[in-house]
Amino acid sequence: MQEFVEFTLGGLGDGVIYAAIGLSLVLIWRGTRVLNYAQGGMAMFTSYLALFIINATGSYWLGFVVALAAGLVLGAVLERAVVRPTLGKPPLNAVIVTIGLLILIEGVAGIMYGSKNRSFPAPFSIVGAKIGSFALGPGSSPTAIFTAAAVLAAAGLLALLFRYTAVGLRMRASAFSGTVAQLMGIRIGRITTLGWALAGLIGALAGMLVTPQTFLYPNSMDSIFVLGFTAAVIGGLDSPVGAIVGGLLLGVALNYVTGYVGSNLPELAGLAILVLVLMLRPSGLFASTATRQV
Amino acid sequence: MTLARHAGIAIVAGVVLLALSARLDSYRQYQLAEVAATVVAVAGLTVLIGISGQISIGHGAFMFIGAYATALIIMHLNWNLALVILASAVVAGLAGAVMGVAAARLRGPYLAGATLMLAVALPAVAYQWQGVFGGDQGLDFAVTTPGFLGVNFGLTEWQAWVCCVCALLVMVVLANVLRSRVGRNWRAVRDNDTAAALAGLNVAVLRVRAFVVSAACAGVAGSLLATTMLNVTPGAFTLALSIQLLTAVVLGGLGSLAGAVWGGIILVLVPPFLTNFASSHGLASAGASVPIAGYGLVLIVVMLAFPTGVQGGVRRLLGPVVPAASGPVNALGRRWPAIRKKAGGRDAGHELTSTQEVDKEGTR
Amino acid sequence: MNRSHRLGIAPLAALAAGTLVIAACGNSGSGSSGALQASAPGVTTKTITIGSHQPLTGIAAPGYDEIAPASNAYFQYVNAHGGVYGRKIIYKYLNDQYNSSITTTDVRQLILQDKVFAIFNGLGTPTHLAVAPFINAEKVPDLFVASGCACWNATSTLPETFGWQINYIREGKLLGNYIESHFKGDKIAYFYQNDEFGQDGVKGLSYEIPASQVVAKEPYNVAASNPAGEVGTLTAALKASKAQVVVAFAVPAFMALLRLSELSLGYSPTLVSSDVGSDPITLTGLLNSFAKKSGSFGAGLIQGIITDSYLPSLGSAGDSWIKLFTKIHDQYIPKLPMDGNVLYGMSVAYTFVQALFKAGKNPTRQDLVNAVNGGLPQGVSVAPYAYSGSDHDGMTGAYMAEVKNGVLVALGPTQVTDNSPTGPVTTDSTAQPPAPANGIP
Repeated sequence: MQEFVEFTLGGLGDGVIYAAIGLSLVLIWRGTRVLNYAQGGMAMFTSYLALFIINATGSYWLGFVVALAAGLVLGAVLERAVVRPTLGKPPLNAVIVTIGLLILIEGVAGIMYGSKNRSFPAPFSIVGAKIGSFALGPGSSPTAIFTAAAVLAAAGLLALLFRYTAVGLRMRASAFSGTVAQLMGIRIGRITTLGWALAGLIGALAGMLVTPQTFLYPNSMDSIFVLGFTAAVIGGLDSPVGAIVGGLLLGVALNYVTGYVGSNLPELAGLAILVLVLMLRPSGLFASTATRQV
Repeated sequence: MTLARHAGIAIVAGVVLLALSARLDSYRQYQLAEVAATVVAVAGLTVLIGISGQISIGHGAFMFIGAYATALIIMHLNWNLALVILASAVVAGLAGAVMGVAAARLRGPYLAGATLMLAVALPAVAYQWQGVFGGDQGLDFAVTTPGFLGVNFGLTEWQAWVCCVCALLVMVVLANVLRSRVGRNWRAVRDNDTAAALAGLNVAVLRVRAFVVSAACAGVAGSLLATTMLNVTPGAFTLALSIQLLTAVVLGGLGSLAGAVWGGIILVLVPPFLTNFASSHGLASAGASVPIAGYGLVLIVVMLAFPTGVQGGVRRLLGPVVPAASGPVNALGRRWPAIRKKAGGRDAGHELTSTQEVDKEGTR
Repeated sequence: MNRSHRLGIAPLAALAAGTLVIAACGNSGSGSSGALQASAPGVTTKTITIGSHQPLTGIAAPGYDEIAPASNAYFQYVNAHGGVYGRKIIYKYLNDQYNSSITTTDVRQLILQDKVFAIFNGLGTPTHLAVAPFINAEKVPDLFVASGCACWNATSTLPETFGWQINYIREGKLLGNYIESHFKGDKIAYFYQNDEFGQDGVKGLSYEIPASQVVAKEPYNVAASNPAGEVGTLTAALKASKAQVVVAFAVPAFMALLRLSELSLGYSPTLVSSDVGSDPITLTGLLNSFAKKSGSFGAGLIQGIITDSYLPSLGSAGDSWIKLFTKIHDQYIPKLPMDGNVLYGMSVAYTFVQALFKAGKNPTRQDLVNAVNGGLPQGVSVAPYAYSGSDHDGMTGAYMAEVKNGVLVALGPTQVTDNSPTGPVTTDSTAQPPAPANGIP
């Protein structure tokens, strides 16, 4: 029983991180129909910046804020400089450009910071909570609770943004139909940049929250990105709620597989879940539009 | 007639390559074998992405299957090499069929996500069943030159021959398939699958068939690499391999087999060149990242400046040499038939443009 | 008629032209045939060139990317002090990203194109296994593989290949022997990497620890997508087994994750670790962000870890070897930390120079192999080497140590053993010699 609780809470804790990455991917996809393969790399880079601030000033929260701000800026800058020219071209070009961006960011991080695994602080203690002598496991530590709260708060704020603000409406409109939105006077360019900036912010948040347990090195976000991408696809790339649900589902399922079956199998389980979901719902669990049946 | 022309080109190329390989030293022969094997994988992926309009970021998984099939057959069954490669292609093709069926209704990033996860998950098989697959250390085996070539025939030269011959065979087959009805149907599905279905094509079957063909090619490539390296480990089939294949397809020039040749050459010859460059300038690990950053930069620049890749660039270079005609011309000055102009005015390089026009508007 | 799908002439011509260019480049020799004493490929009158494959980037790079620069620092020191019989050592190490297909390409380049005299300290079990048959077929010396696999000791199939560090089976026996005598009756659990490294270690442990004491065996997959999650679930299983001692054959990153998981779960068994994962500086580097918030564990998350070591401890500032290597480090590679990886790199380089000197003034490749086959004096290793014509294992023993205040403190004398299930663990009777005054063997 204790193991079950530990696995479940731990899985939810992991799942929240996948959800965060998935959320940032959904954000960009909804706004620009581009899948940002460099999302993990950007989060890694902002985490390095945070680490230097933290080590220099001794303040975790200053580093935290700097990372989020850097994520905002980085997202906006990359969109304008590198992704904007690919709009209007075949979608594969954007894929290759973002992959190139990922490789470039990781290479630059390697040049600037070396391959060394660096220790990264957690916001709070990582000691799991206990009810009497019943330990709830790593998923119940103050850090894990903060992680979950931060991600859910970010998701909630995004939902509010999309649903209740003018900016959010504009973003949804330009995702729905770029040409029509432009005809209606919406500045697509600015909306796109904003979408990338917000995604960069959420990615940076995810990076800050997960790096304590992955250690920081140029490739530290690679696997997390794959799982976050999978979570977003399971949930449906158009749906922020889907990213959350997909992430949590994936986190818990993979943890159960690792704990009860074997440590070689979680990725295969993830593949099985993904394929199963997509065979039943080709656009994800929370797809807003059904695929065309021909 | 087409078959004869393709076969003719292939035979000429074959003779040239085989004669050249005799002049090369052992290391260059090994590189030639690597290039040939990589070209096969890139060509298969080109068919999938450029011609049938699907995407895969997981073709390394099919190379993994082909390579391990080869290792296991050689170790346990000791078949003739040609049979081994064929069997590996079949096994990989079967896997491609399974994946294709599972993914038949998937588009764009959903298909990308499924193939991505495939590439990440499949090597775990080697760790889980270590008795069969050898775990982290993988499998070692030996390949010998056939008796009829004489005792002193170099092993690397034989490996280069095998890879080049297989690569040429695969290219001939692919070229023919692409010019056949199946190829035209693929392009129809790629450009507008609703219209294709309305025209009576079985979209799902066609898409699966494309997956099978491209997976079989990747299987052959994996098999050829295994026979050249004489070793298979899960660590050689990382996600990075799948991503590199994808970038090679696009860098080389999407949608053309000629582009696949460029892509294979770039993928094999550029990284060691960059690594040597960094190492000979005495750079430690920080410097070892320079080639990586360089590759990323090249990808971005090439995609932004030369969206049609190397082959498109070559065509553009050779284009102005030819006298202008009333329609778009290709590199040898042949005019495009008028029918292609009516079908959306695509020129040779931007074959995906009309797909993009459809996709941009409205929800998918 | 669409030409794009035929075999375009242009790129095939380019391929053929490219092949010609490659052929031309390949045949312009590197000028290694010099004057009288160029006695082997890679040896000129002025230089000896050796090659290696190392993970400079990628998953295995953290920590291990320091080894080759450290070896190179020692070689540069030797070069600055007269070299080996007046020849300077050129060390060419290529990045293989711990990917065996890249290793294959790298080693072929080193041997076939760069024509190195020997392969030195190739790193990694799966990576080196991919190339060892080729290196041996080319009759190139393959010295001091950077891996503790017992498979390098295969004189009939791999006559050119030699191990160096104590292999994992022996290490398991030493650790097991210590546990068996100091933790009688306690419940023991294993936490190990599910490859040769961990499995050989467990094999060695099982030769010494009675099976009845072992309550859990938790293998981990180093290539997992979510290592922290994986280690978390395995630690939960270890805790559920109520093991009082956990023996770990894990790389530093996973050792650190084990420690962190134990912290989260409130589980504090005695931790015994292979040398591979116990370098205090590396572990501290991974854990220092958590040390401040470590709650009930007290100062230092690594205090009290029991391990073995086959080189002098970095904590013994007065040790002549440590003094020598620290001096070289400060002069040549000051930017790298002076940690276990750097110590390793310099120590294996020292051993190689020992072998080079023994090979003679105008060595052939066979001379180098014969030099090691004839046995090497102990040098920087705390225990004797096993080298002989029939044994290509390196060190035969190590000493048990404990991590105290960030350094290794010896718990007892050096012990030696063999690879067999029944061979005893005995105290080593030879003393480690001090470092030579000029630092050159």
